[in-house]
Amino acid sequence: MGGEENAKGMLTPYRILDLTNERGYICGQLLGDLGADVIKIEKPGGDPGRNMGPFFHDIPDPEKSLYWFAFNTNKRGITLDIETVDGQEIFKRLVRDADVVIESFDPGYMDKIGLGYPVLNQVNPRIIMTSITGFGQTGPYKDFKAPDLVVWALSGNAYMTGDPDRAPLMSSFPVPYIFAGALQGAIGTMVALHHRQRIGEGQQVDASAQLSLTWPLSSEPLAPWLEQGVIQKREGRVWFRSQIGADKKTVFVGAPNIFQCKDGDVNFTIMAGPSFGQSTGALSKWIESEGMASETLKGIDWLKFEWQTVSQEVVDEFTKDFSNFFITRTKAELFEEAQKRGIMVYPFFTPREIMELNQLKFRNYWVEVDHPELETSITYPGSFFKTSEAFAMEYRRAPLIGEHNEEVYLNELGLSKEELLTLKQAGVI
Amino acid sequence: MRPFEGVKILDFTWLGVGPLTVNYFNYYGATTIKVESALRPDPFRISTPYKEGQIGPETSYGFHHAHPTKAMCVTLNMKHPKAKEIAERLIQWADIVTDNFTPGTMEKWGLGYEDLKKIKPEIIMMRTCMHGQTGPLARQPGLGFVLTAISGLAPITGWPDRPPSGQYFAFTDFVAPLFNAVCLMAALDYRRRTGKGQCLDMAQHESVLRCVGPLLLDSVVNRREPTPKGNRFDYAAPHGIYRCKGEDRWCAIAVFSDEEWESFCRVIGNPVWTKEPKFHTLLGRKENEDELDKFVEGWTSQRSAEEVMALMQGAGVGAGLAANIKDVVENPQLKHYGCYQALEHPYMGKVPIYNPPGFNLSKAPHERASPPVLGEHNEYVYTKLIGLPDEAFVQLMGEGVFD
Repeated sequence: MGGEENAKGMLTPYRILDLTNERGYICGQLLGDLGADVIKIEKPGGDPGRNMGPFFHDIPDPEKSLYWFAFNTNKRGITLDIETVDGQEIFKRLVRDADVVIESFDPGYMDKIGLGYPVLNQVNPRIIMTSITGFGQTGPYKDFKAPDLVVWALSGNAYMTGDPDRAPLMSSFPVPYIFAGALQGAIGTMVALHHRQRIGEGQQVDASAQLSLTWPLSSEPLAPWLEQGVIQKREGRVWFRSQIGADKKTVFVGAPNIFQCKDGDVNFTIMAGPSFGQSTGALSKWIESEGMASETLKGIDWLKFEWQTVSQEVVDEFTKDFSNFFITRTKAELFEEAQKRGIMVYPFFTPREIMELNQLKFRNYWVEVDHPELETSITYPGSFFKTSEAFAMEYRRAPLIGEHNEEVYLNELGLSKEELLTLKQAGVI
Repeated sequence: MRPFEGVKILDFTWLGVGPLTVNYFNYYGATTIKVESALRPDPFRISTPYKEGQIGPETSYGFHHAHPTKAMCVTLNMKHPKAKEIAERLIQWADIVTDNFTPGTMEKWGLGYEDLKKIKPEIIMMRTCMHGQTGPLARQPGLGFVLTAISGLAPITGWPDRPPSGQYFAFTDFVAPLFNAVCLMAALDYRRRTGKGQCLDMAQHESVLRCVGPLLLDSVVNRREPTPKGNRFDYAAPHGIYRCKGEDRWCAIAVFSDEEWESFCRVIGNPVWTKEPKFHTLLGRKENEDELDKFVEGWTSQRSAEEVMALMQGAGVGAGLAANIKDVVENPQLKHYGCYQALEHPYMGKVPIYNPPGFNLSKAPHERASPPVLGEHNEYVYTKLIGLPDEAFVQLMGEGVFD
């Protein structure tokens, strides 16, 4: 007990070997933020993910990728070609002293090159191997090519996103791995660590982005399908709530979630009931005070309003009031006033607007991360958690290519300088 | 022995993020008591869609979907003056206490972290809400729908020629819990090693913003704000979701390399248009992408989405049909991983709605269960677990303490 003074974090004793590509970076990063020693292992010359933009001042350079920067803070970086004989021997030596290996190669790759779980388990029976893929390690799709758009489509989320008169849609950002698959891989890793603590053995974690994405798909489309075989589809900025009928007739009642305002868009989800009805009630009061409320709107008690039984006509009445009101106000006006009145209206903020939020500044969320190689520091999003425990948290920039080769190979693994030079020149390191 | 066997969670959370966090402990053997109140049921219990349209706390599809794991449920009327003592006994039992109320609520009940520490110094408290426990927005009500608006994703989900469509449903409600779970599991391990508990202040906004790091850095460093690009991708073409034969049937196709482009052309029969020099290079295809997409859709629209996917994947080209709910439920890969398990429930019947974690462990299986009925475990928890004598239990029940 005790003895962890000035610990960097909750996971300080753990060492993670991070073989991931851009699909899995964030998994190791979260564990590193929690204090684990994460060693990012890249091919000699650098990870292909370093070619992903945007770039620092739009200079496409493997040491200037903002994508790489964003997801690899707090990691040490070494280069190693794990397909070479010498590279594999070194990798196994690293595995001996490590707790977790994270990878996001296509299913079967690690086995094919001779570093699959059965091999790593032989080297270190306590090793946990976390694999992050689009569809999982086994099953009929295991050999599918799995770029984000394909995974998103097969998860059911594309069909529910976007406008009804256009194609199913994905955000212009790689959502499936970063927001789902890799994060679930991190949870699986933690569960495996707890298992190991009790039972003494490592194991494999098989994280699937497609499987993870069935969660945000939610039960909304599932219910009408199960009840009456009705297939819900994307309706753009409108949320169609299903009124499942006792007489086997399902009716959908549509109300917008997103409204245009004077200078952009806002989300206002029309909530009702004892817990969240106040928000809508407060908006109605505001609209009424401006003389813009219909009789229908004035007559609704939002704490008692029931979505299951309301008619589309009534819904159209009050959503017209909301639309007509929102269009007269700017994002800033709505957001400011909403806070005073307890209304859940949130504008579609751009990154710049997000960074201007007083809330995040108050919480000291933004951190300055030093980039001596760029002769500047850059503002990054900070810790994803706050805690009462006083950890000596770090915010180190992502590693340069091979930045910690000497530290790891010479100081920790005990290679000689000559060996390092030989392997470097042979393209192993 | 299961990974979280013997770990006791007193769960005050409700709606989405909270229960979706605790699930990951319940899947793997934790003992959880969900604290609710019949006077103010979990809002998820009383929201559409309902089974056969039956309004009531036991027939909400949303609630069941969010609760696919084993837990006990007690009702406790925290507004009753005698409820606090009961709550304190429950805290004495617990290893972890979770809440996602508006900051100040637990304090109002005398159950803030400082209060909990007096009862159990090594308690771990996890508090999750939109903005965190402090700051000018801390007391504002929040939901996943609105958090998605400020997650960075909303303005870039759409087509370049019209206002953004925004993300479907309450997307961030399914992202924040993942951060919470990792952190809480780490805290549990930390306590095992050091004996120390802690209070985790999880701001959902602070978590989900970590996923859009590149966009934030681009804004800081290059003063650039992202714009929606439909389904296009900066350095791949074709890359989109294309119309197929049938009513609202579509297939995603994503070609990333020269090799994949050649395979793509071969699959569609090497038509004349693919031989035009302007489509030969990636730069050329990007420059002529509107025309490219028309040609691609000319081919896909003659075939079913299933056929497009099978032909393309068979040739090593990324493709996936845009699954509707029927496709999802029948999807062979999801079936392989046991998605949508059907489990019995006294009021819901047997609905296939209970999902697994997004991962599988090779040596530790997860366990699913349908959710408890409101107050189902009152007698067991109050009389057996925290040891209230039967008369006291009945007396307090009569006074409305367990409403």
